[in-house]
Amino acid sequence: MLRYTLCSKGWSLRHPSRILQTYRNFSSGNRKYATTHEWIKVEDNVGTVGISKHAAEELGEVVYVDLPEKGLDLEAKSTFGAVESVKAASDVYSPVSGQVLDINSKLQEDPSLINKDSLGEGWLIKLKIQNPKELDQLMDEVAYLETTQEKSSH
Amino acid sequence: MMRSAGFFRSSCSKWLLHKVDAPNVTIKRHWVTETSTGLKRTALYDSHLKYGAKMTEFCGYEMPLQYNDGIRDNHLFVRKSAGLFDVSHMGQVRIYGRHRVSFLERLVVGDIAALPPYHAVLSLLTNEQGGIIDDTIVTNMGDHINMVINACCRDKDMSHLQHYAEQARSKGEEVIVELQEQRGLVALQGPNAMKVLSKHVTEDLSMLYFMNARMMWVDGVECLVSRCGYTGEDGFEISVPNDSIQRIFDGLCDSSMVRPSGLGARDSLRLEAGLCLYGNDMDDRTTPVEASLSWTIAKSRRESGGFLGDKVILKQLKEGVERRRVGFLLQGAPARGHESILVDNQVIGQVTSGVFSPCLGKPIGMGYVEKKWAKSGTCIQIEIRQKQVSGELVKMPFVPNHYYKGN
Repeated sequence: MLRYTLCSKGWSLRHPSRILQTYRNFSSGNRKYATTHEWIKVEDNVGTVGISKHAAEELGEVVYVDLPEKGLDLEAKSTFGAVESVKAASDVYSPVSGQVLDINSKLQEDPSLINKDSLGEGWLIKLKIQNPKELDQLMDEVAYLETTQEKSSH
Repeated sequence: MMRSAGFFRSSCSKWLLHKVDAPNVTIKRHWVTETSTGLKRTALYDSHLKYGAKMTEFCGYEMPLQYNDGIRDNHLFVRKSAGLFDVSHMGQVRIYGRHRVSFLERLVVGDIAALPPYHAVLSLLTNEQGGIIDDTIVTNMGDHINMVINACCRDKDMSHLQHYAEQARSKGEEVIVELQEQRGLVALQGPNAMKVLSKHVTEDLSMLYFMNARMMWVDGVECLVSRCGYTGEDGFEISVPNDSIQRIFDGLCDSSMVRPSGLGARDSLRLEAGLCLYGNDMDDRTTPVEASLSWTIAKSRRESGGFLGDKVILKQLKEGVERRRVGFLLQGAPARGHESILVDNQVIGQVTSGVFSPCLGKPIGMGYVEKKWAKSGTCIQIEIRQKQVSGELVKMPFVPNHYYKGN
């Protein structure tokens, strides 16, 4: 799927894996994405989790964020909170299993940080990662962006 | 990822991250078109796309949920200036015939006989058990009656009305009920609505008060203009023939005082105004008394009854009810509908609508609670995601109404 799309953009002369490598080097950090639109970025076995820029845009103005208690053990794909706009509530899911080390308390004061900077200041929680192998199940940024483009191209 | 508010229950996960597909139009009739997915489109569909609408499914129609400015900004703009809503999905019904008033009075709780020409009233269609079939705006148009009914109730209401019209005719009465499929409906709402509409009509709108209606020429098209709406603001609902509606919609939107507005803002605006949404805040198992809509039951009707379900409803008016619709404010996460309402860990009721109020900056909602707890000021908790959020019952509207009563 990925290869086809890259080819269709006229980059077929270059080997897809090389393009991917280049893309990764220039993209915003080593984020991995879940199909449910959360990202995770890992440093020293601690994962920072947030929602994707695409999800934040689709959700609209965030007015309330529900986050878990520190110390809570989360299973991969389990819901740990919610991000709410005027109209709707979106559950957020943990991309991998782990223990909640920290939550972004700034979001209680200013939930719109998620709209302003969903990949940075609008992060949700930090997790102590239990099983790094679970990260392999997630998409890299290029693959994730592909899925969002497929949806919006309808 | 998406869990939706009750309002869009049927379309829940559709709008976030899943755009409604745009399939080919296959059937075209009366300007309301039907797509291959079975969703209907109003005559304003192309205008919505032009203004950047994000479309959603609502009651079988593909309708604008929001435009580029987002629900919150759109909502605040309507309160500050004006918004233009496409509400063509709602049904417009005309009732003709010599016996139209007595016919309708057998089906609604309002005093239709006392309604002066070109005046409108909010009324309720009830069933034999006293449950609400629909809420409707009834207008006396002199030689006929006009009714606006909810999109979701269109088929059900029409078969109900036609059934009783047939019965009336079999007794020799003259009644004809007609659904106006060739007309669309737009709602211009907000403090600047009069200023904006004045530029498109020759009539003096300052003489048209809240719940008054007139036929007038809007940009050269004969329209029914009613001073009413669903936002708590001053405003107009304009019934327009479908072949001119796009031109009129675009003309009104041309003003910098007006923005096209979607169902998202419509829902948060009506909730702030304390207005019910049929299917959420009342249904055919809810009576007008339970829904805190006893004020729609006219004094004359309280004495003599004569409408469907009158026995149940008149008894409830005298003796009270077990549960009542109330409004609440919350500190924390917004409730969205169907959550339990608690007092001291005891369930006393259920949420029917909830939203984050853009004007108040906190969550508001309505629901039904046991009568003994229905007093405003009662401290409640609502269970949201296994956590208890504290709140308080308050009087509605949450945001003061600004109806034009012409002082």
